[in-house]
Parts: sequence; C-alpha cells; structure tokens
Amino acid sequence: MYEKHIMICGATGCLSSGSNQIAETLKEELEKQGVIDKYRLVMGGCPGFCEVGPIIVIYPDEVFYCRLKPKDMAELVEQHLIGGEIVERLLYKGPDVDAPARFYDTIPFYSKQKFNVLRNSGVIDPESIDEYIMRGGYRALRRALQMDSQAICDEVKDAGLRGRGGAGFPTGVKWGFTNKAPGPKKYIVCNADEGDPGAFMDRSILEGDPHAILEGMLIAGKACGADEGYIYCRAEYPLAIRRLKTAIQQAEEYGLLGSNILDSGFNFKMNIKEGAGAFVCGEETALLASIEGKRGMPRPRPPFPAQVGVFGKPTTINNVETLANIPLIVKEGGAAEYAKVGTEGSKGTKVFALAGKVRNTGLVEVPMGITIEEIIFDVGGGIQGGREFKAVQAGGPSGGCIPHDLINLPIDYDSLTKAGAIMGSGGLVVMDDRTCMVDLAKYFLSFTQKESCGKCTPCREGTKRMLEILERITEGEGKPEDLDTLDSLAHSIKDSSLCGLGQTCPNPVLTTIRYFRHEYEEHINEGYCRSGICKPLFQYLIDQDNCTGCRACVRVCPVEAIKGEKKEPHEIIQELCTRCGSCIEKCRQDCILITRVGSEADVSN
Amino acid sequence: MSNEAVAELNQDIDLDQVDSIIEPYLGKKEMVIPILQKVQEHFGYLPRPVMEHISRRMHIPLSRLYGVTTFYAQFKLKPRGRNIIRVCKGTACHIQGSPKISERIEEILDVESGETTDDLRFTLEEVACIGCCALAPVIMVNDDPHGRLTPDKVKDILDGYE
Ligand SMILES: Cc1cc2nc3c(=O)[nH]c(=O)nc-3n(C[C@H](O)[C@H](O)[C@H](O)COP(=O)(O)O)c2cc1C
Ligand code: SF4
Ligand code: SF4
Ligand code: SF4
Ligand code: FES
Ligand code: FES
Repeated sequence: MYEKHIMICGATGCLSSGSNQIAETLKEELEKQGVIDKYRLVMGGCPGFCEVGPIIVIYPDEVFYCRLKPKDMAELVEQHLIGGEIVERLLYKGPDVDAPARFYDTIPFYSKQKFNVLRNSGVIDPESIDEYIMRGGYRALRRALQMDSQAICDEVKDAGLRGRGGAGFPTGVKWGFTNKAPGPKKYIVCNADEGDPGAFMDRSILEGDPHAILEGMLIAGKACGADEGYIYCRAEYPLAIRRLKTAIQQAEEYGLLGSNILDSGFNFKMNIKEGAGAFVCGEETALLASIEGKRGMPRPRPPFPAQVGVFGKPTTINNVETLANIPLIVKEGGAAEYAKVGTEGSKGTKVFALAGKVRNTGLVEVPMGITIEEIIFDVGGGIQGGREFKAVQAGGPSGGCIPHDLINLPIDYDSLTKAGAIMGSGGLVVMDDRTCMVDLAKYFLSFTQKESCGKCTPCREGTKRMLEILERITEGEGKPEDLDTLDSLAHSIKDSSLCGLGQTCPNPVLTTIRYFRHEYEEHINEGYCRSGICKPLFQYLIDQDNCTGCRACVRVCPVEAIKGEKKEPHEIIQELCTRCGSCIEKCRQDCILITRVGSEADVSN
Repeated sequence: MSNEAVAELNQDIDLDQVDSIIEPYLGKKEMVIPILQKVQEHFGYLPRPVMEHISRRMHIPLSRLYGVTTFYAQFKLKPRGRNIIRVCKGTACHIQGSPKISERIEEILDVESGETTDDLRFTLEEVACIGCCALAPVIMVNDDPHGRLTPDKVKDILDGYE
C-alpha cells in the first residue's frame, strides 16, 4: 500500500513546461530522504489547466500544486509528504481568487466544469487497466453484453447523445442503422484523426483514459453486431498510439477483447491504423478509403457507411469523445442520469480546448448550454493582460467566429449553428483587439485550401480564388467589390461541394464578414489594419508622452530601427522597421502604438 | 538541397533492409501506408530507388505509390536535416504570433518552410496543433517543445542544435 499517490501531469503541455525534470528531481528527493517506497508516482494525463503547468496533484489529500520548478521539490517532499503540511507557496494563486486555492472546487477555472468524459484524465494511471476498473471501468460493457443490441441503441438514443465529431448526429440512431444492415461482418471505427488545427481534446482523452475508448467501441460493437474495430489515429500522436496499444494488450490479457468476451459468446478484435496527415481523412468516407490503403478521397453518400463501409461492410464511425461518453450512458441507470445535464437538444457535456488570448488556457469540460461569457470569463478568467474581448472562433476551419455582442449565446449544437458557427470538434479560440479578423479568415481558408482533396472544382478552384482575394485585401490591394465576390464564391462552394470540407470551409469568411464587415472595409477603403497584423496596413509609433527611454525595445530590434537617448523618448525609423513585432512585446509601458501608415508621432489612434 | 546532392545520397541505399520491412506485408496491398511509414522511419524520407523497389515487390504501379505519398503530408520525398524544426501553425499559435516566429526562423536559416539547409543541419516544417496551445506560440525542435516564444528568442534556441 502506498501512503499517497502523486500524479504528475505528463501530457504535452506540461512536458513542454518541464514536467520531466520535475519528476526526476522529485524522485531524487524522495530517494535522498529514503521514503520513495511510500509513494506511487504516476505521469498521468492532462488535468486541464495547462496554463499553470507543470502540475502535480497529491491524492488522497487532493492538493493541486502548479507552476512548479525542480527546486520546489525538496520543500514539497519535506513539508507536505513527510511533514503533512501543505506548501501554500505552490498552490494556485491568481487575480480570480482571494487566497491560495487548494483544489478543483476552489479554483475558479474548475468550478463551472463537469467531468464526464475527462472523469479519469489526470486521476488514474492511463497505463493501468486495474485503476480503470477500480473507477468503475468495464462495468457498462458487462451490462451491455447481457442486453439485446437494439436495447443498447435505444438507451443511447434516450440519453440524447449526439456525435462529438462535428455534425452532431444522434449516436443511438446511427448505431441502429448499422445494427439493422444485413450481413454477418460489420465494423466499428473510432475517428481519432483530430484534424482541427487548434484542438487537442481527443488527444487528451486517448492519452489520459484509453480504456474508455476501448470500452465505448466494444459496447458499440455489441449494439451494432460488429466483431472488429479500427482506431484511426493521427500518426502525430505517438503517445496516444502507444497508450492505446498498451490498453489493447491489457484488455486482451483480461479477456475483455478477443473471443468469447466475459463468457458471453461475443467476440471483438481491435486494430490501430495510423493516419498520415491529411485533414480530409477525418471525413468519414475518406477515412474509410485511407484504412483500405488508398488516397483519402471522400465519395458521395449514399451509400452511407452504415450500409457500405470499411472493405464494403456495414460500419459505424464515431468520434473519440462520443465513444468516451458511452460507458457512462450504458452503465446501470446511466442514460437517465446523463440526460439530466445539458439542454433540450444537446445533452451531456462538451470538452473544449480553450486557447488564444484568454487568461486560463487549457482543456475544459462544461455542461452543454453554458454561455460564451461563462466559459471565457468564469472558466477562462477573462482576457490576457486585461485587454478587450473581441470574438471567439468555434469549430475550427469549418466553424465560425462569434462576436462580443453574442456573449450570452448558450453553447449547444443549435445555437451555434444559428450564429453561423458550429460545435465542431471543440476548439475555442479566443481573440482580443490585437487579432485581425481578415487575417483570421485568411488563415483558415489557406488551411482548407491546402487540404482540399481536389476532387470537386468549386472546392478546389473556389477556395483558391477566395484566398487570392483575402491575400490582396491583407496586402492593401483590396477592391470595394471584393466583399460581394467573396460572398457569392462562398455560397457556390457551400452549395456544390461533395463533402463537409467544401461545404463548411467558407464559414470563417462568411461569419467574419457578417460580424466584422467594418474591419474588412477599413482594410479595403482606408488601408488600415487596426489590429496591427497586416503589415502593409499599419505602422508602429512610440508614444512620446509615455516612453521612459528604458531601451528594452532597442535591445530586441533586429534591424536597429529604434533610436533615442537613454531615459529620453525613443523613435522608430519607419524606413527601417520591418514590423517584426518584437518591440511591442517587450515594452512594459505599453507605449508602442499601432497607427495608420503615415501618422505622425503625436497622433495616437 | 540540390537534386545532385539527393542523387548522391540515394546511391548508398541498402535495399535488403527494405525487403525485411516489406516481408510481412507481401500480398497485402491495403498495408501500403504502414509500409511507407516504416520505410520512412528507417531512411528519414522515401528515396526514389526504394519507391521503385516497393513498387516491384508489392506489384503496385509506381504512379499509384507516388499518388499515395503526395496525398499525405507525412511522407517526405527528399532527405531531411539532422534537426527538424516544426513550427506550430495551429489556430492558437497563429493568433499568438506564429507567423512572426516563422519569419524570424526563415531569415536566420535562409530557407522556406519545407526546405532543408544546405549543410543538412535543419529542416523547417509546419505542424498543426501539438497540444500545448497554452504555451503558444510553440515550435518543436526534434522532440523538444519550445513555448511562449517571441521572435527575439529564436536565435538562442536554434544555436542549441548542431
Ligand atoms: C473535412 C472533415 C474533417 C473531419 N474531421 C474529423 C475529425 O478529425 N474527427 C472526427 O471525429 N470527425 C471528423 N469529421 C466528421 C466525420 O466525418 C464524422 O462525422 C464523425 O467522425 C462521426 O462521428 P460522431 O457521429 O461520433 O461525431 C470530419 C468531417 C469532415 C467533413
Ligand atoms: S469538397 Fe473539397 S475536400 Fe471534399 S471531396 Fe470535394 S474537393 Fe475534396
Ligand atoms: S517592429 Fe521590429 S523592426 Fe520594427 S522597430 Fe520594432 S523591433 Fe524593430
Ligand atoms: S520599451 Fe517602451 S518605454 Fe522602453 S524605450 Fe522602448 S518604447 Fe520606450
Ligand atoms: S498538459 Fe499538463 S495540465 Fe494540460
Ligand atoms: S495551436 Fe499550436 S499548440 Fe495548439
């Protein structure tokens, strides 16, 4: 028996802020004190609050330590582990709490969250099937194996679960289609391709709780009459793939995978396929082609995968997060419990990768129906540096941006769609007054344009045309008719593309025009980018009244474009300045201003 | 890198090793992506002679093989440098200034994204979200993530890799 469990976040965010060194130093300290045998050290999944990493949580005390440095470990061992006293200095502190906060319920970032899907992430050792089982794992599978297939589909339908991969199709209904399709051979495919370039929810679930995915797929298998599964995972997620492989091996050893599972007569074989880096492969028919070793090109539907899927057999394709919900629903009394959270049309919780200019970035799981304001200001702690909230992009390259005015919008499938965005996979990228909306639209479109598989002309050529126009606008060559042209191109791409990539890729452009038309017009008509992003459309000026002459900016300027005497106001030589942005990041006085090209030093705009 | 330099590198390739990779997959055309992944893991890229060899052994036309490799971003047809720099082009990183980071790297190394320096010291690539958006903008050099970057920090980081 261990006295305490020490969970060190070993996920990517904390690894990059140094959790490996933390783990090593901690181990050394424990050895030095001769107490290492008393504690179980686990490099676990992401507990979500990546912003304040590296993070250690100590159980059963439930104490949350953050922003750790290797040199803190000695104190942690002596004072807390040996001495039994919390090290207050290492607790969470922030503008949103009065006193250092000890754990989840007292840290505002966590207080509005509800952990369904992330129930085990950062709490158990993802490489231990025993810990998963101890937390109730595989109990839902045991129950499902005694149920009739259609009864499982009905429970999932009654719970109100909708697909988390983007489109929000009711999962129980989808399973019912595959279940009813004729034939003895059927497949379950887990879509772990996570292509949205600003999101990492699925990755965290895979890394933090891989058995939940296996259990979800097994239950889906029983419900659909399938005996084989594929997990299609991005090759860029090596840790996720390794954890999945370990989990599969353990499940086989425990008789939870393979033939005659738990003596029920049910068989299931699990395969892993590594994706190879094409966004469009996340689309279900392209994904099927890719599993078969072909170029991942979408094909028309019908036939739907439920009729003709992998290798021509009926197939259910579900997203990672969708599957992670399944064990909660199918456990005894789970469906009714599940349906209590969320809104009429959107049940349960949703995991979001909250990022961008928000203070508390990380992975959050919130009940459906929470408002944008609650997510950004309560969970997210507001905007970094106290700047102004401008918009939030939901749903990645297929989604749209939601402006400040709609701050009370509830986050559920239908409200987001009405606002022109989508739930999508769950990227939420927060933007402030230093984010240019035209540049953002250009960013997303250049992503989808590159990723278009080229099969349909409107998607292939239309996105190219739109991108050219956006590039012109950001270079200061915009024309007044551009907005109308963008609008009509966008609609014809949406209407005549074969797959979801083409049908949704104009959304970021359409929503930014809808809500930020004035910014486009300012670029086109006045040659001005107020956010200081589009280089030909602004200049930096130093506010002569506030510059203290500290020279911090001078030291980082790569082209020596800043001159002035020490302790006297400085000036930027516009002819030399490349607008690299180094100086503005460094100035503590906030006195480097973004102004119209040609403005004079005393004009602050 | 010039085509001549690539041709020179391609001369030293040991096709026996390719055979041992292909062996378990002979006759399974649907496994072409895993084969290419394993071969690339071994050579760092997919050399032309190796592609020709796979085509013969697997009875897959070379044009189809190239069709697959050019479709997926993961496959590289040219040799890569000793150190791989991956600039995150994810949304969070973009908004926090990754274009400025790319620009600075391109200036210092005098290569564009996708290219390798002549001395094979660096290859510059792009990657979508690597899961540390909290530390945006982020670059990975080999397996090391470097976060919360500003353009002026780039040079010191690159200097740490030979
Ligand atoms: C271009 C494109 C990319 C997609 N990428 C993903 C993805 O990365 N992950 C995912 O689960 N679904 C993705 N989807 C949605 C899938 O096609 C499919 O709807 C989903 O996997 C179904 O699972 P669900 O019902 O559990 O949501 C994508 C769709 C399109 C059109
Ligand atoms: S809409 Fe675009 S990505 Fe989809 S099939 Fe057509 S060309 Fe390919
Ligand atoms: S933007 Fe860059 S080049 Fe221009 S003054 Fe600032 S540091 Fe120098
Ligand atoms: S950093 Fe700011 S205050 Fe200091 S010299 Fe530059 S502009 Fe002036
Ligand atoms: S990566 Fe450590 S908290 Fe998210
Ligand atoms: S967007 Fe760069 S790490 Fe997520």
